[in-house]
Amino acid sequence: MLRLIAVAAGVVVLAGCAAPQTSTVTVLAAASLTDALDEASAAYRAEHPDVEIVVGYGGSSALAEQIVSGAPADVFFAANEATMQTVVDASLAVDPEVLLTNTLELVVPAGNPGEVRGLADLADPQLVVALCDPSVPCGAAAVQLLDLAGVTASVDTYEDDVRAALTKVALGEVDAALVYRTDVAAAGDAVEGIEIPEAASVVNRYPVALLADAADPAAAQEFLDFLRSAEGREVFERAGFVAP
Amino acid sequence: MRVSSRPKHVGRSGRAGPVVAVLAAVGLALLVLPLLGLLLRAPWAELPGLLASEAVLQALGLSLGTAAVSTVLCLTFGIPIAVLLSHSVHWGVVPRRLLRAAITIPLVLPPVVGGIALLLLLGRRGIVGQWLAEIGITIPFTTGAVVIAQTFVAMPFLVFAVEGALRSADRRSELAAATLGATPGQTFRLVTLPLVAPGIAAGAVLCFTRALGEFGATITFAGSFPGVTRTLPIASYLAMNSDPDTAIALALVLLAVSLVVLLGLRDRWLPGVVK
Repeated sequence: MLRLIAVAAGVVVLAGCAAPQTSTVTVLAAASLTDALDEASAAYRAEHPDVEIVVGYGGSSALAEQIVSGAPADVFFAANEATMQTVVDASLAVDPEVLLTNTLELVVPAGNPGEVRGLADLADPQLVVALCDPSVPCGAAAVQLLDLAGVTASVDTYEDDVRAALTKVALGEVDAALVYRTDVAAAGDAVEGIEIPEAASVVNRYPVALLADAADPAAAQEFLDFLRSAEGREVFERAGFVAP
Repeated sequence: MRVSSRPKHVGRSGRAGPVVAVLAAVGLALLVLPLLGLLLRAPWAELPGLLASEAVLQALGLSLGTAAVSTVLCLTFGIPIAVLLSHSVHWGVVPRRLLRAAITIPLVLPPVVGGIALLLLLGRRGIVGQWLAEIGITIPFTTGAVVIAQTFVAMPFLVFAVEGALRSADRRSELAAATLGATPGQTFRLVTLPLVAPGIAAGAVLCFTRALGEFGATITFAGSFPGVTRTLPIASYLAMNSDPDTAIALALVLLAVSLVVLLGLRDRWLPGVVK
């Protein structure tokens, strides 16, 4: 039995040694970056086939908390500066730089069954309304926006990231939600977007940073440089993000 | 009725071998140390304040209430399923296995998948949900949706506990009752049910604790709104985004409630079933 364990341990060690010579960059990124960052990673991979880009998407605050708790990652791309700050405060992020900005939009299922016209309709208790939880960036922005517009929304569910809210609209389970305009664009024909005049005054700024505990800082930095380059920015701008 | 359950042979010398002991110790450490970590890291000084907050009390009340209703639903529908399952030994192989698989699925399914499935069935655009919506009933994002999600994941625990009890019960009393002129209904109510009561109680306790801990199906199908659908596990998960101390406090409440239920009911209601 002991010999068996020794053999198993040997296999594990060998597997570690036999890893191919490619490097892997692990990115933790805001859920709203899902499609655009996938596209940017694919573009980067086309030029650097020896680099593997692994992206974990989620609510920025949950990701920040994971990084602070020791999640192994090389790059953090957050949907607002407050969540990035928690990682900076833990001395785990190096010189974050705001790369993109995004604003909110109302999203309704295709055909707009709830006949939503604007922000004021979110106060209608008859409608099923989803917002992001205020602890994640899109929720924090939604709270600001509703305050600004003087609307008390009749909310049915607080989703833990923006894509969860978007999906429930796309499924038709929710009549209206506040998501980023880039999410509306990414969801295609399943949803319709309704522009909100006040949205321009609540801008989410997306900082990206190399993490202090990056396993391969050089490879991660090179990927970051690509995201900052004209080619990288163009991918995000096509998705509807705006340069700061 | 109590039979000594001590096995006659554990290893040749009556003791487990060193390899078994080491592996068991590692396994136990994995089971117990995380909970110990939770206790050590808990913000004990701030705990009373954190626990007295409205958000925590609201989530606790919602969790206890929905888990209790789910347990009642599991008992109502699960006991008949268990009876059906115990009768299925007389069926053909295919229907018997299909029935068992249907009951086992929620047990092995990731709860999130269960939540998606429930949404696609009972959501406003779901297969059944669209008919319900026409008569003015919408289920997602309501407390009812929480109960349905909990019942879905907890029911198999009750069914299998009761079925196990039915299988090991001495069925001769039922035959005797039937011979003495009892109707099948009377036999079930007056003989079978008391016979399997410990199994039912054990199943109900497992069911309640499983419902209390339900997360994935609930957040997918019922969403998260304070006081309506945000149960303790969801509140704890969300608090982890921004306020780990509150998340830990909520986790402690869940742990405490589960332990109280398991330990408190052990001796009184579950003789010989949960030891």
